[in-house]
Amino acid sequence: MQTIAVVDYGMGNLRSVVNALEAVGDKRYRVLLTSDPQQLAEADRVVFPGQGAAGDCMRAIDEYGLRDAIVTAAASRPFLGICMGMQVLIDFSEENQGTDCLGIFKGKVKYFGDGYRDQSGVKLKVPHMGWNRVTQVKSHPLWHSIDDGSRFYFVHSYYLEAQEPSLVAGTTDYGIRFTSVIARDNVFALQCHPEKSADSGLQLLRNFVHWDGKA
Amino acid sequence: MTLAKRIIPCLDVDNGRVVKGVKFVEIRDAGDPVENARRYNLEGADELTFLDITASSDDRETMVHVVEAVAREVFIPLTVGGGIRELSDIRRMLNAGADKISINTAAVFNPEFVARAADKFGSQCIVVAVDAKRVSAPEEAGSWQIFTHGGRKPTGIDVLEWVERMDRYGAGEILLTSMDRDGTRIGFDNELTRLVSRAIRVPVIASGGVGNLQHLADGILEGEADAVLAASIFHFGEFRISEAKAFMRARGIEVRDD
Repeated sequence: MQTIAVVDYGMGNLRSVVNALEAVGDKRYRVLLTSDPQQLAEADRVVFPGQGAAGDCMRAIDEYGLRDAIVTAAASRPFLGICMGMQVLIDFSEENQGTDCLGIFKGKVKYFGDGYRDQSGVKLKVPHMGWNRVTQVKSHPLWHSIDDGSRFYFVHSYYLEAQEPSLVAGTTDYGIRFTSVIARDNVFALQCHPEKSADSGLQLLRNFVHWDGKA
Repeated sequence: MTLAKRIIPCLDVDNGRVVKGVKFVEIRDAGDPVENARRYNLEGADELTFLDITASSDDRETMVHVVEAVAREVFIPLTVGGGIRELSDIRRMLNAGADKISINTAAVFNPEFVARAADKFGSQCIVVAVDAKRVSAPEEAGSWQIFTHGGRKPTGIDVLEWVERMDRYGAGEILLTSMDRDGTRIGFDNELTRLVSRAIRVPVIASGGVGNLQHLADGILEGEADAVLAASIFHFGEFRISEAKAFMRARGIEVRDD
């Protein structure tokens, strides 16, 4: 029996993540919602979701005493970051007058901006909310059976500007082309919500559940 | 532009049962929220909105179970509205598996509630539902006010001032219903929708008045809405979501069809 730990640090709706993992897993997997660093250390796979603001997320991670457990998991086991759970893996976010994050990867999380427009001057709403395409810019086991350009559900006002091109696994166009998916070694993380992205999202979670953690 | 415009079927739930249920042949029990949700999901609905119209607050707990059951099976965003008054109502629905909570009357009587809710749970899950009614004569420049009690009670609040305020307070989205059009099947109030959509940063869902597929397309093209919500044209089996998407795509609107 394998344990998939979903990190619960009080940030947002984790029920959907647990539901979706249970829907794609089978009897060999146990999905465990946990705030306990020890349980995270023992889990076979770790899912790190997150919603809300970067400052609140970082505060919550430390209040729950989870920083070391998350960093260790991201260095050692199949690890899936979702939404804010991707952004805080980076070293810095512009949100909340600047927030230092976990710094596992180099890059910067930036605001789309007030009065945001595309190149042709069309107003774009912020948050970027709804179904947008993810272009797969490198091959990865988690893309198995997912068409390049498939739509996933997004809701966010800040986006990742990755510093190292080799980190980028997927991009999405919203006024600019931003990094919507990153992958390195045993870590895969997305800005969008696979747990809310119907068949494509469930396929990605299914791929994660069976992934050996090798890129 | 690759972000798709969304089509959102709205289901009214009374005491745990969908009223005005779907007449899909595949559905054995037209009043079962899970069966309705499953069917709409298969057809390609981009989100689902459940509106709890249960009269008695004693029965509100029923809605929690509805949300739990739907969230276990349907993996697209779920919005829940109706009778949301306290932060604890929001917490309960989010824990049940809702992704967004729609606040209507409670926002009008206590605007700070929206700010507190967005602060606590994040703007991404706070939808402010706005019931708007035109108060200017047809020959005058358009002016709309917020109404409560199903469009019967005026509040004196100007709609444009209100939506800008709700945007500032942290609403993640505005669900804009024209009470003049609701139930008429003559189309959205696109003039109102366009004014609101241009005035605020956050997405706008157009609602009220849809009678055919052209109306949905008009809500996007003329109303400049980010999403369109409809109830009866989907419930009574006149149109499927997939037909609505094909229609919109043929008119150059980006929709999710993969």
